[in-house]
Amino acid sequence: MQDFASSFTHAMGLILQGDAELWAIVALSLQVSLTAVIIAACIAMPLGAALAVTRFRGRNVVVVLLNALMGLPPVVVGLMVYLMLSNAGPLGVLQLLYTPTAMIVAQVILVTPIIAAITRQTIEGLDAEYAEQLRSLGVSASAKIPTLLFDARYALMTAFLAGFGRAIAEVGAVIIVGGNINHVTRTMTTTIALETSKGNLALALALGTILILLAIAVNAAVSTVGLRARSIAYA
Amino acid sequence: MFTRLILGIALSLALPVAGFAAERFITVQSTTSTQNSGLLDAILPQFLDETGIEVRVVAVGTGQAIRNAMNGDGDVLLVHSKPSEEAFVADGFGVQRFDVMYNDFVIVGPAEDPAGIAGSSDVVAALGKIAEAEAPFASRGDDSGTHKAELRLWDAAGIDVSAASGTWYRETGSGMGATLNTGTGMGAYVMTDRATWIAFGNKGAHDVVVEGDQRMFNQYGVILVNPERHENVKAEDGQAFVDWLIGAQGQAAIAAYQVDGQQLFFPNAPGS
Repeated sequence: MQDFASSFTHAMGLILQGDAELWAIVALSLQVSLTAVIIAACIAMPLGAALAVTRFRGRNVVVVLLNALMGLPPVVVGLMVYLMLSNAGPLGVLQLLYTPTAMIVAQVILVTPIIAAITRQTIEGLDAEYAEQLRSLGVSASAKIPTLLFDARYALMTAFLAGFGRAIAEVGAVIIVGGNINHVTRTMTTTIALETSKGNLALALALGTILILLAIAVNAAVSTVGLRARSIAYA
Repeated sequence: MFTRLILGIALSLALPVAGFAAERFITVQSTTSTQNSGLLDAILPQFLDETGIEVRVVAVGTGQAIRNAMNGDGDVLLVHSKPSEEAFVADGFGVQRFDVMYNDFVIVGPAEDPAGIAGSSDVVAALGKIAEAEAPFASRGDDSGTHKAELRLWDAAGIDVSAASGTWYRETGSGMGATLNTGTGMGAYVMTDRATWIAFGNKGAHDVVVEGDQRMFNQYGVILVNPERHENVKAEDGQAFVDWLIGAQGQAAIAAYQVDGQQLFFPNAPGS
């Protein structure tokens, strides 16, 4: 079990060395996952909020389906995106397979249900609280959505971070649609998978440690921005 | 403020993504053994220097590499299962197949050697002893070139491994490295190409037990994906890579690649 003990020092060594190749991989991971989560949030938050404030037949089925889609297997999403973007597939002409854009597309599909489901839950609670007040002000259902989303913006940071956690940690989808091509589509997770398959377990574990530190840094940054904004808003 | 910040991040992230597509490159569908052994990392920069063409490698099992190439998702195929490669060309998916290089398969096993096969050079007899002793054997089980070669040898030994699947015969369904990790973890015999084994970093107490049988010869071939089948195939640059690989410079680069003082691949292109 010396692997665990040495991996942390190994990770620190890698960070301190400032290896350009490692930083390029870290940058690509962040770029792909953050872009994917931001796009997903733009789709999922209005969608989740709309589902929260509207009532229609079969709504419960939609809610159950949305919650279930949070468990989409990354490999299946990767395979679906591969079949769409492959040169033999319907979107082959776009020539997106084995590019960072393809990885972003796959992660958007993975992350959208997660953000939408958490948003739906959050906004539904808020709507129950404010429904009467908003009605007395004559706010229509469609105007309610941006109001509630804005009001819930700090609570929705959790939805954003849950989506980011999923995106930055998954390997199944990006390795299929990205191809783990050196200097082009190699991310933290695919590098860890590659080093594991080379039998370089200490290096793989060290890269895993860096990935976890990265996730902590992003979470801390978002929380800090949120707290500061909140303290200004409510000061 | 929050939304503006997010928009700012989104824009700065989205812009550089668009910049990736402009370079001159080809995509090669290849196998894990050529990548995990470090061969491609060693020789591709030379090709880039000489021609200005970047080679992007997707390293998967031979079976998956061939299927990806059939879909037109690559310009060149570099794999190691001659019968499948010849079928690929015969079915019109590839232009022409060339021998590139060879190495050999070996069987690695635990130090205790439960089947008593260490030092053997008769692979078929050794597999018979493994089956008889019901000693654990970890197979790729993933339709890769190594898996196909392994199945041909079991066939030659007259053993039906599918009947033993899940008992002493364990199919990992994974790449060579992952299967070696499993094999060393469970004390199982594994058939691997020698290059991956030499470069492998998690050997544990495993060592080569069977080698030197000519039936464990492992030939690699290269094929340009047929541009008449898939018009997106970069025929000119892809052909340049094929020509370089089977030409004097590529063959010399393959021969020069060593790990721990051992040559991993032996060039044998026709006319080289």
